[in-house]
Amino acid sequence: MPELLLELFSEEIPARHQRRAAENLKKLVTDALVERGLLYEGAVSYATPRRLTLSVVGVPAASAATKSERKGPRTDAPEKAIEGFLRAAGLTSVDQATIQNDPKKGDFYVAITEKPGEKATDIVADIVPQLIEKFPWPKSMRWGSGKLTWIRPLRAITATFAVEGDETETIEFEIDGVKSGNTTFGHRFLAPDAIKVRRFDDYAAALEKAKVVLDLDRRMEIIRADADNLAFAQGLEVIADQGLLEEAAGLVEWPVVMMGNFEEEFLQLPEEVVTTAIRSHQKCFCLRNAETGKLADRFLLISNLEAPDGGKTIVAGNERVIHARLSDAKFFYDTDLHAPLESRLHKLDAMVFHEKLGTQSKRVERLIELAAQLAPMVGAHADDAARAAKLAKADLVTDMVFEFPELQGLMGKYYAAAQGEKPEIASAILDHYKPSGPSDEVPTDAVSIAVALADKLDILTGFWAIDEKPTGSKDPFALRRAALGVIRISLENQLDLDLAGIVKSHMERISGVDDAKIADLMSFFEDRLVVQMRDSGIKHDVLDAVLGNGGLAKGFTLPSIVARAKELATLLESEAGASLLAGYRRAANILRAEEKKDGVSYNDAVNNSAFSQDEEAQLFSAIKVVNESVAANISNEEFAAAMADLASLREPVDAFFEDVLVNDDDPKVRINRLNLLAKLRDTMHLIADFSKLAG
Amino acid sequence: MSDTKLPAHMDPKNSFQGLILTLQNFWADQGCVILQPYDMEMGAGTFHPATTLRALGPKPWRAAYVQPSRRPTDGRYGENPNRLQHFYQYQVILKPSPENLQELYLQSLYAIGIDPKVHDLRFVEDDWESPTLGAWGLGWECWCDGMEVSQFTYFQQVAGYECAPVSGELTYGLERIACYLQNVDSIMELNFNGREGDEKITYSDVFLQAEQEFSRYNFDHANTDMLFRHFKDAEDECKALLEAGQDGNQHKLAMPAYEQCIKASHAFNLLDARGVISVTERQSYILRVRELAKACGGAWLQTESGGA
Repeated sequence: MPELLLELFSEEIPARHQRRAAENLKKLVTDALVERGLLYEGAVSYATPRRLTLSVVGVPAASAATKSERKGPRTDAPEKAIEGFLRAAGLTSVDQATIQNDPKKGDFYVAITEKPGEKATDIVADIVPQLIEKFPWPKSMRWGSGKLTWIRPLRAITATFAVEGDETETIEFEIDGVKSGNTTFGHRFLAPDAIKVRRFDDYAAALEKAKVVLDLDRRMEIIRADADNLAFAQGLEVIADQGLLEEAAGLVEWPVVMMGNFEEEFLQLPEEVVTTAIRSHQKCFCLRNAETGKLADRFLLISNLEAPDGGKTIVAGNERVIHARLSDAKFFYDTDLHAPLESRLHKLDAMVFHEKLGTQSKRVERLIELAAQLAPMVGAHADDAARAAKLAKADLVTDMVFEFPELQGLMGKYYAAAQGEKPEIASAILDHYKPSGPSDEVPTDAVSIAVALADKLDILTGFWAIDEKPTGSKDPFALRRAALGVIRISLENQLDLDLAGIVKSHMERISGVDDAKIADLMSFFEDRLVVQMRDSGIKHDVLDAVLGNGGLAKGFTLPSIVARAKELATLLESEAGASLLAGYRRAANILRAEEKKDGVSYNDAVNNSAFSQDEEAQLFSAIKVVNESVAANISNEEFAAAMADLASLREPVDAFFEDVLVNDDDPKVRINRLNLLAKLRDTMHLIADFSKLAG
Repeated sequence: MSDTKLPAHMDPKNSFQGLILTLQNFWADQGCVILQPYDMEMGAGTFHPATTLRALGPKPWRAAYVQPSRRPTDGRYGENPNRLQHFYQYQVILKPSPENLQELYLQSLYAIGIDPKVHDLRFVEDDWESPTLGAWGLGWECWCDGMEVSQFTYFQQVAGYECAPVSGELTYGLERIACYLQNVDSIMELNFNGREGDEKITYSDVFLQAEQEFSRYNFDHANTDMLFRHFKDAEDECKALLEAGQDGNQHKLAMPAYEQCIKASHAFNLLDARGVISVTERQSYILRVRELAKACGGAWLQTESGGA
C-alpha cells in the first residue's frame, strides 16, 4: 500500500513544544485523512529542533466513490415542495433527479448524488495547508511580509506519496509562499545540503547519514547512555533529571555528550547552588562520585556538533561559562555571608507584598506573632518559632536569591546556619514553604510546622480579609495551594488545631474580625479537604455528611473530621451500616412526608405510655442508651466506638419497621411514633448528617 | 574566520574596537545603513528610534549601530567580571526579516572569528518582551559553546501595534563576545584597541573609573526628587508634543515626542536603581511609560516614514 511522508521544516522549535507538536501533527493529519475517506494502516510522527515529520503507511491511492440517495416528494406534489427538495439536494432541475415508484407512494423523486473517489495526493494537498494554518501552537508568530503563523518561521515542506517500489510522487501545494517539494536538509552545520527523498525509509536513513536523529526518544536514549558511560569511566554517576534530558534532546539534532571540569573550590558552595547554576542555567548535567555520593567537579554538556578538534573548543567554552556562573555565585555567596540576615530586613520595607496588605516587613511582623501563637499548639518553643519567622523572608533580599530565585528558602537556611542560628530555626527558613505542591513533603519539625502554618494562614486570612478570594480558574496568589498545605500539615502531623479560632485572632491583627469571612474561609478549607480526601479514597458524600454535623467553623479539627469520615465509611461498608442507613432513610422519608402533611416538625419528647407495641419501647430504650454513649464517645474522639454504638441500633430499627405501622389510626400513637423516629434521626445526626449520603 | 588581511590590531580576537568594526563592515555589506549611537541615555539598543519607530509601518528598513546601554541597577562599581551599568550593544534591524536571516547571523559570527564547524552554536527559545515599550517578539538566545552571545527576535508587536511586515532584530552583547574571543575572564581585562605593550588600552583604562563613579551616582547620589520631577516633566512634554503635533491625519512631532518617552524611561530606571519605587508603584510607572510609547508609535504611523 502507498505511504505518505510529510516534513515541516522550520527555524528552531522550542524544546518544550516538540513532543506535543509531533503528536498534534499526527492527529490532525490522520483525522483529516479519515474524514476524507482515506483509512490508513499506521502513522508515526517525530520532532527535532528544525522539523516535524509524519509518516503514514497503508494509505489507499484514492478514496472510494460514494453514492448517496435522498428521497423526495411525489412527482405530482406541489411545485413549492419539489423546489425545496431540489434546493436541499443541491440539484438545479428535476431532470437531474431520478423517478422511482413505490406501491404506496406512487411515483416520487430521488436525488442520487455520486461522488467520485479522490486521489490521495489531491486530498493531502488540500488538507495540509489548512491544518498548517490552524495548527495549535501555544504561541505562534509571523515573519517577513507573510501572513502565515507558525512557532518559528516555516521554511520548507517535504511531501511525497510513494506507491510501488521506487515510484514516488511529490505532493504539490503552496502555503504563503512556501512550496512543497521532495527535498529536505541535514544537520545545520554538519550536512547542510539538500537531500532528495522518496519515502520514509530512505528519508530517515539519509537524515541519519546527514547527522540528524529524527526520534526525540532516541536522542534522549543516546544522551542517557553516553552520559552514563562517560560518568562510569570516571567513577561518577549522572544526577538524573528527566526534564533536563528531554530539554537537552530538544536542543540538538545530533547529540554529542562531553565532559568538562570546574575548579574544585566551587564545591565549597552549597551543592544546590552549584547544581542550579549548571543545570537550570547552562542545561548541563551534574555528576556525583559513585562511592561517596558527593558532588563532583565535573559536568556533562550535550553539544550538537562533532567538531574536528574532538570538541576541545566546545568543552573549553562551556567550562568558561560555567566558571563565570560559579564565580558569580561564589561572589554572591561570600557577599551575602558578610551581612547577617537581620541586617537585610529593612530592605523588606520597600517590597510591597500586596497593596492592601502592606509590605513584606509588615507581613513578617504578622508571621512572628502568628508563629509564636501557634508554637505551643504544635510543640515548639514560641521564641524559636518567632525567630524563624523573623528570618524566614530575609533571603529574598540577598544577592544569591536575586540571581537565582529558585534558591529562596534554601539560601536562608544556609545563611542562618552560618551565622549560628539553631539548626531547627535554620531548617524552618527552608521548610516553611512546604508543601509547595501535591507531591512535596510536609514539614515535620515543630518550629518548621509553626512557621509553615503561619505563612499559609497569614496569606489566607489576609486575602479573605480584603475579599480577594480565588474565583474559578483564577487563583493568582495560590490560595488553594496554601489551604491544601494547611490541611496536609495538620493531617500528616495529627494537629488538632482550632482553625476558626486561630484565624479569628489573626484577622484581628490584619483588619478586625469579620465572622462571615471567617466562616467562608472555613468552608473554603472544607471544600479543599473534600478534594484532598477524594484522592485518598474517601467519598465526598461521606465527608459532607460528617461536615453537615459540624465542621471547622464549629471548632472541629481537621484530624477529627477525617477520623470520623473514615469510621463512617467503614460503618457504611458493613452490612449493619448499610441496613442502618436504609432504616434511617425510611425514618427520614416518613418524617419528611408526615411533617409536610401536618405542617409541624416532630421534635417532642417521646411518651412511654403511648407505646402500643414492644418494638417501640425497645427502640426507644436502645436510642436512649446509644444517645448517651455516642455523645460520650465523640467527645472522647472514640469514633470507632461511636460507630459501633450506632451499629447496635440496627436490630431494634429493623424490628420496628418490620412490625410497627407508624401511621396508626390513633393520632396519639401516631404522633408518638413520629417523635420516636425524630429521636432516632437526631441520635444518628450526632455522628453525621446521614441525609447527605449518596446512593 | 576573520579576514586574514586585517592587521592584528583590528582582529576581533585581539581588539574590542576591531570586533565592532568587523560587525559594521559585515552589516554594511548586507545593505544596512550604519548609524551612530543615539545621543540619549537608554536601557537597550531597541529603544533607539531606528528600531522602535522604524519597526512600525510598511516601509522596508535595514540598519545597524552600536548603542551604549545603561542599566543603573546592574552597576557593581566595576568589581563584577561580567556586569556593568554601562555597556555596548550591537543592534541590527532588518525589515522585513529576510528568509536567510539565521544564515546571515551565522555568517556574521563567522566574520568575527566564530567558526560554526568548531563551535557549538545553538538557537535556544527566548520570548522577548519589553513591558515599557509595549513590545513583544519571539526568537532565541543564541548560544556559542553554552554562552549567550546574542538575542534574535522577530518583532510581533511594538508600541502596542502589530508589526507588518515583521522586523528581525539581532542584538549582540559585545563585551561578552569580546571576552570570549579574547579569552579573558573579566570585561575590564579586554584589549580595547588591539595594541600591545605601551600602546595597549584596556576596557578598564577606558571605563573602570566611569563604572565606579556611576555606580556611586546610581545607587547613592542621584537626586531622587529631581528624577521624579524629570520623569513628570518628560511625561508632560511627551503628551504636550503628541497633542501639538497632530495635524489632521498627519503627525508633525512624533520623534521629539518619542525622545521624551526615552527620557521618562531612563528616569524611571534610575529611580528603580535608587530603590525608591515600590513593587506596586513599579507597575504603574512601567504602565505610564508604555502609554507614552504607544501614543508615540501611533503618532509615528501618521508620519511619512511611518508609511502614512
